[in-house]
Amino acid sequence: MEFLVASAIGAMTAGGVYLLLRLRTFPVILGLALLSYAVNVFLFSSGRLAIDMSPILSKYGEASYTDPLPQALVLTAIVISFGMTAVLVMISLGAYLEADSDEIDIDQADLDEDAAK
Amino acid sequence: MSHWIILPVVLPAMLAPIIGFVMRYDIVLARIASTVGTALLLAISIVLLVMAMDGTTHIYRLGDWPAPFGIVLVLDRLSALMVLLTSLLAMMVLLHAMATGWDKRGRHFHALFQFQLMGICGAFLTGDIFNLFVFFEILLIASYGLMIHSGGRERMRAGLQYVVMNLAGSTLFLFALGTLYASTGTLNIADLAAKIPDIPADEAGLVRVAAMLLMIVFAVKAALFPVQFWLPATYANAPAPVAALFAIMTKVGAYAILRVHTVVFGPGVPGTDGMIDAWLFPAAIVTIALGAFGVLGAKRLMPLIGFSVVGSMGTLLVAVAAFSPVATTAALYYMVHSTFAAACLFLIADLVISRRNGDSLTPKAATVQNGLFAAIFFAAVIAMAGMPPLSGFLGKLLVLDALRDPDVIVWAWTAILAGSLLTIVGFARAGSVLFWKSTAIESSVLEVEAVAQPDVATPAQVTPVMLALSALVVLSVFAGPVAGYLEQTSEQLFDRAGYISAVLAPGEEG
Repeated sequence: MEFLVASAIGAMTAGGVYLLLRLRTFPVILGLALLSYAVNVFLFSSGRLAIDMSPILSKYGEASYTDPLPQALVLTAIVISFGMTAVLVMISLGAYLEADSDEIDIDQADLDEDAAK
Repeated sequence: MSHWIILPVVLPAMLAPIIGFVMRYDIVLARIASTVGTALLLAISIVLLVMAMDGTTHIYRLGDWPAPFGIVLVLDRLSALMVLLTSLLAMMVLLHAMATGWDKRGRHFHALFQFQLMGICGAFLTGDIFNLFVFFEILLIASYGLMIHSGGRERMRAGLQYVVMNLAGSTLFLFALGTLYASTGTLNIADLAAKIPDIPADEAGLVRVAAMLLMIVFAVKAALFPVQFWLPATYANAPAPVAALFAIMTKVGAYAILRVHTVVFGPGVPGTDGMIDAWLFPAAIVTIALGAFGVLGAKRLMPLIGFSVVGSMGTLLVAVAAFSPVATTAALYYMVHSTFAAACLFLIADLVISRRNGDSLTPKAATVQNGLFAAIFFAAVIAMAGMPPLSGFLGKLLVLDALRDPDVIVWAWTAILAGSLLTIVGFARAGSVLFWKSTAIESSVLEVEAVAQPDVATPAQVTPVMLALSALVVLSVFAGPVAGYLEQTSEQLFDRAGYISAVLAPGEEG
């Protein structure tokens, strides 16, 4: 299971970084989403991987438990990254509508042209 | 346990939704609420500074959970100073935004402004590193809104870059936190500081990875080479008052480096000893050089000021990289100074640009009040470049004096002094094009330009700039007492045992 989780995180991170380096906004948004999935799984596994264990202490007997803190952290991280992705989509939509192009870098020629005006 | 500590977070957090939902269509009401809120924040931060002045580390346990299990807010001299700096700057920026009408050019300026203050104050006060991430996200999401305030093609595209850059930074932050939690089992700064020195150097690989990842994340915020490239484009395209407010955002990064890399991965920790400064120092030197050359080469006024901010962050981080109490005192003095200097430059630039129809550095006919603007610009540049008599000179002198270690003196002194010279040349060129060559033009094409003379700047519009300038003057006149306070601040920062025992002390009061 460790191998599965680790390679899944690795694959998602690699894909995310690749997409992040694209020039258009849509792949970049997908790349950031992939990266945030990767980091969520990574955070979740930072409390060690355990199967069939509840994240609470049981007062009946010696049942072992899994670390609840990463689960709380990952919940926060999911909410934040979800909200951020929504903001990013809105801003890139706004930028696309304003500029009629969804390229992500600022064209230096455009800036010089504006400065010359 | 005093409830004052959480007020700088709660007050803007309560005010912002009220302004956003209730006063959305009423700019007058929103302005009043925002001004009152910022004034209250200023009063609270003065109380906090007085509380922190005696040198005790005050703790606020949220939900009264004892420290490593619950989230704590920590108020010591450093956080009190940063919160006061934030609220002073916020007051100036708010007055400027209202006087120049920037806040009317799009909805929700005031609500976003308050959320921004909440995030910044929270980041300065928190004693938990995951909580620091949450406050970073709050201040970032508010800054995204402020950055694209009033829209426009270039601003939207620069804003998009800024958002993508910071989202990637946030992801790295989470990776760093996961690594840190996996290797230590805690995210409380004091608890980390207590546990990490016990890890032997040959088992601290994961801790080193986490320390470097955190370093990169904070470097993105602090505009450190090689992740400084977002700053000039962002500051140049943000509304000018927002750019002035962002002067504190780069300092959040510097503060986080100071706090985390001094207290947690500080000098003497076997796992990370010497690794942080070995990377931070050269990066900061390159940052100074980049800032100086950027100032020299900029074709527009706003990127020029942006590059000067990059240069000042380099100077600040060169001092931080020494990780010694003396150098940290110098760094803190320079941090306070450069915040006001950058804000002053952005505010005066806004007054000039709005009357010049664009910020390109080409001679145009002189506008109204050329003399006044030129004088303020001159004073602000003297401060930014580090010439006497203003506080920039004292700040750079303190930094130079602190960096007399033979290993660093050649690089540090050369970079800071040559960087200052290039900055002066760049600003002198900009100033002469903006203010002197324009008077030469005016005499020839006087009648053409006389048709559309822009409005005279009202006293209300000049006041915030004057406030920022007078803050710099106060900082130079009272340099002695301020440096005394900052010396105690860095002593407290380097007293790791005191910090750990204060935060992890069992709760004895209600």
